[in-house]
Amino acid sequence: MPVAIDLSAPGGVALALLPEILLTVWACVLLLLAAWQHRDPDAHRRIGGLALVGLVAALVVMVWFWKSGTRPAGLPLMIALDTFRYAGAIVFLIGAILTVLLSLRYLGRERIAVPEYYALLLFAVIGMLLMGGAADLIVLFLGLETMSLAVYVLAGIKRRSGTSAEAALKYFLLGAFASGFLLYGIALIYGATGTTNLTVIAFQLSDGGLQDSALLSIGVALLLVGFGFKVAAVPFHMWVPDVYDGAPTPISGFMAAAVKAAGFAALIRIMVTALGESTAVWQGAVWWLAVITMLIGNLIALAQRRLKRMLAYSSIGHAGYLLVAVTSGTPAGASAFLFYALVYTLMTIGAFGLLAALGRDGESEVLIDDLSGLAAGRPWISFAMAVFMLSLLGFPGTAGFIGKWYILSAAIGTGQWLLAVILVLGSVVSAGYYLPVIMNMYMREPVERRPDLSASVDLVGAARGVVATAVVLLILLGVWPNRVLDLAVDGSRDLRAPALVTGTSP
Amino acid sequence: MLLGPALGVSAILFSLGVAGVLLRRNVIIIFMCIELMLNAANLAFVAFAQQLGPEGQVIVFFVMAVAAAEAAVGLAIILAIFRHRQTVDLGDINLLRG
Repeated sequence: MPVAIDLSAPGGVALALLPEILLTVWACVLLLLAAWQHRDPDAHRRIGGLALVGLVAALVVMVWFWKSGTRPAGLPLMIALDTFRYAGAIVFLIGAILTVLLSLRYLGRERIAVPEYYALLLFAVIGMLLMGGAADLIVLFLGLETMSLAVYVLAGIKRRSGTSAEAALKYFLLGAFASGFLLYGIALIYGATGTTNLTVIAFQLSDGGLQDSALLSIGVALLLVGFGFKVAAVPFHMWVPDVYDGAPTPISGFMAAAVKAAGFAALIRIMVTALGESTAVWQGAVWWLAVITMLIGNLIALAQRRLKRMLAYSSIGHAGYLLVAVTSGTPAGASAFLFYALVYTLMTIGAFGLLAALGRDGESEVLIDDLSGLAAGRPWISFAMAVFMLSLLGFPGTAGFIGKWYILSAAIGTGQWLLAVILVLGSVVSAGYYLPVIMNMYMREPVERRPDLSASVDLVGAARGVVATAVVLLILLGVWPNRVLDLAVDGSRDLRAPALVTGTSP
Repeated sequence: MLLGPALGVSAILFSLGVAGVLLRRNVIIIFMCIELMLNAANLAFVAFAQQLGPEGQVIVFFVMAVAAAEAAVGLAIILAIFRHRQTVDLGDINLLRG
């Protein structure tokens, strides 16, 4: 039964924002509990469990919204009620749930048992939900800042470590710098179109009079610079390896997967909903961003010897693949993004989870060569790592292949042949650093190592469940993706402003 | 009224902020330059709001709240790094190298 929510009444707005309100209240409760039980060494596990409850509740509400076909009665003014919001939110929430599960043991082991960790994680997720569901540039900006502020702190949560503090500082300075660009871009777009509402911007642009407005072009360019920093596109990627390296490993995975997906969800919403009919303003710029991000990200990753930095550079390469989906500027590109975001969340958080199990003290010292001969001692761990690497590479039979395939077909659907060729080329280059991991594990004799990895692997309890679930889902989605693909297509159904397509006034 | 000059000043402030972030090495000064960029955007919003209605002025309040939150988190992070390194000069903060 479709539910229409009247967004002009306060009750309607509260209902539309139910998951966000739920999580906000829950995060505040957790913060109070954290302050209350600060001396209890086991408090962080209890609060982590409670955080899971909140995340699952928000997930249930989002699924219910999607199932019941909730839509706005009229124009969405501030918050969108469409399938793209629900689908994006489900991806972010899955990423956050996996991160919490990975952190439960990790925090105790690394002696960063601060219960506020989980409250900050919830605040970051609230920001992401607002970014994916924004129907107005200002809601988008506020969501982005809510997310970023929480993640700055999470990157530096290991207060005793100098590298963690340095990661937080670098992330903060460049993140705030990017916000400045983004905000100035929003100001100029507001000046050019007279509104910050995405649907109304599309309506203003539809008569074609604003196509060569300098204000609009500069505004969109500044917006792209801001998003370029946030989603780690080359040449705005300098912070990524340092920050992912210095942050606690579950947080690195969270930043690589969910934070990046939220940035892309917001970017796609602006590009498809507001600027979908005026591609001339932005398509060329995003095309170049995608090309250099794919090439440079993958090429620098080849030179990395440490696993954590290699994963960081590989995440830059993947930002390039997602930019290809953005470049198409069509709902097909948006559904390719949704599917890839889910797959990428599973494989990235899985890979970082394994890295957290292999290393100690921030895990930045695990070399790829250290993995040699791991398969003899720990066959299942090696198998899981091999599945993650093959899926990141886009090997047929894994979900990563299907995801890349749909990005390719979205690019070809809009005639971007060259971009598709460069994507394939980038994937070929990426084999040069994903395959050595597998070769080291399976084909080389164990060398004398300072820390004996196969003896010290620490993968128990919830973290083992996360890795196992990710492996099973990646293989399952690789051979039987239809159901999830249908959902991804449904997820971008109402992305184009409907009033404009049918020609009726909004 | 004064839209052109206000936008000009805002553009100059923004450029000064960007130049400061790129050229200075002291973390506190970089942070002040970022605030300058946000305030340049605020000025642009207020200038446009003269013609486009009060929405732009409302946005400025949101941005001010965001800037305040950012200052709280940012100064805390700078304090944390100072406790480790006894310096706020970016040239000396180089444990992580890419």
